[in-house]
Amino acid sequence: MSNDRATSTPFTKGLGFFVVLGIALLIILGIFVSPADVNQGESVRIMYAHVPGAWLAYLAFVMTAVSSAAYLWKRTRSLTWDRIAGASAEVGVLFMGISLVTGSLWGRLTWGTYWTWDARLTTTAFLFVTYIGYLAVRGLGGTHQQRARRSAVLALLAVLEIPLVHFSVELWNTLHQEASVAGRGTDVEMNGLMLFTLFLGVVVFTLMYVWLVLHRQRSLMLEDMLDDSGLDNALSERRAEATQAGH
Amino acid sequence: MDDLGFIVASYVVTFASVALYARGVLYRSRKAARDVPRDKRPWL
Repeated sequence: MSNDRATSTPFTKGLGFFVVLGIALLIILGIFVSPADVNQGESVRIMYAHVPGAWLAYLAFVMTAVSSAAYLWKRTRSLTWDRIAGASAEVGVLFMGISLVTGSLWGRLTWGTYWTWDARLTTTAFLFVTYIGYLAVRGLGGTHQQRARRSAVLALLAVLEIPLVHFSVELWNTLHQEASVAGRGTDVEMNGLMLFTLFLGVVVFTLMYVWLVLHRQRSLMLEDMLDDSGLDNALSERRAEATQAGH
Repeated sequence: MDDLGFIVASYVVTFASVALYARGVLYRSRKAARDVPRDKRPWL
């Protein structure tokens, strides 16, 4: 019984090193080195945390849906998929929360308000609340298989909100700008260093995502094992009590 | 630099919340790992 290197491996330690290095570089480039924007001025520096946060939250929720589908498909059914789905949803909620808060700070500088019931903001907040609900459903009672089945169905429904959030800026008139980098028909010319810093932000957030999901799904596995052993012990005690009562 | 407070706040919120979450995950892992033998952990 030991807790040495509980969920760590040489790979996660190496990955963690690159994450810390990447964060330091992103802060230096994002705050001090990259230029101010012609229209938005210095406030554009918030973009290097806000946009990668939103993109990785989307990716995390899509990964939750893919893992959930893998669990529901009989040929690939394994609780590992369920744990990856749960871990990915948790990290997605974290990144979406970051994106909402940083977006709110950015909005205060560019729009003059922290929050407005704009289509993009409202659909994003709805997506955020949906996945908090998903995590709450995962925490309901039942066996691991019951948890996996009900949360997998919910994940496959919740992921349908992502296109609505993404295209909300095209479907409705919103304060939020349209996609600057990979939008349809966008003609935004971004400075090379700004584009590089944004790309670095996406890489750093992706590495953070992988590190967090690896550790979290392993910790969920440990917690499931403890649940199982706790149940086994309780059953053994009941059997022993029943045997004693029979004598 | 104008708006420095908002910019710094956005970076602090971002990386402090990730660090807090990561700390929580590692804490829960270590707590759970106390009662799980090493040979039951497939990643080791």
